[in-house]
Amino acid sequence: MLKIDFLFWNECPSHPKAWERLHEVLDRQNIQAEIRRIEVTTEEEAEQHRFPGSPTIRIDGRDIDPGGTEHQRFGLSCRIYHDATGRGIPVPTEELIQNALEKNKKTR
Amino acid sequence: MTLIIGGQLIPFRLKNVDGKPVSSDDLAKGAKALAVIFSCNHCPYVQAWEDRMIGLGKTYQAKGVAFALINANDPKKYSEDGFPEMVKRAKAKGYPFPYLHDETQETARAYGATRTPEVFLFDSQRALRYHGRIDDNYENPQAVRSHDFREALEAVLAGRAPATADTPLAGCTIKWK
Repeated sequence: MLKIDFLFWNECPSHPKAWERLHEVLDRQNIQAEIRRIEVTTEEEAEQHRFPGSPTIRIDGRDIDPGGTEHQRFGLSCRIYHDATGRGIPVPTEELIQNALEKNKKTR
Repeated sequence: MTLIIGGQLIPFRLKNVDGKPVSSDDLAKGAKALAVIFSCNHCPYVQAWEDRMIGLGKTYQAKGVAFALINANDPKKYSEDGFPEMVKRAKAKGYPFPYLHDETQETARAYGATRTPEVFLFDSQRALRYHGRIDDNYENPQAVRSHDFREALEAVLAGRAPATADTPLAGCTIKWK
């Protein structure tokens, strides 16, 4: 079964919407997954989990936006994703999650 | 929040990205209203709303409203929010308003600001008339249903109290020292 890690920092308000969106995409594609919800609460834990910001979603260990982690240090912050125009946004788009699931399917 | 609706503008004097100090008195002089927005560079909520803030700044400065963005984040925790990065951001995005550095965080604390972005809109008598978000959809500008800040600006310019004076905040926490 697919393994998904959903890492979040509670002080950033992005995670409820990202959680909901992840489930919507999984439901729509009828994908069964084992989802681990991990709350990151300290800078040390952020380093330990290599957490570039909240929320971070990893499918079978691979970040849904691997390019997006290149310039971000690990720590407690809201993570920046980008929409189709390049604008910074706080929650990953459905397309980003879908593309990551498709990519994972091909490499499994 | 320290400031309540109807409360008076709390004076400040902070360094602008051009290196010169700007005070609330300078900004408020002759202005029909004053919008103070706590902001920063690194926050995705700020980035999501940034073009709308710029658009509102251009539109309403032309109508006599003064604007100021204030960044109070601790740059030791977020180097992207340091003064040199503020200068770069203001230039890259063509900010039409002052972008001020609250290095001591005293202004943010005095206002009771907690998030970025967070709007405080004062009327011509320097009384707080609106506090809260830019609008109800940071994600999709085309899907906004409630243009809270713009409606508050229109109300204040018309001498009315905004229909909604306080809206829920969505944004990053201010990074305290």
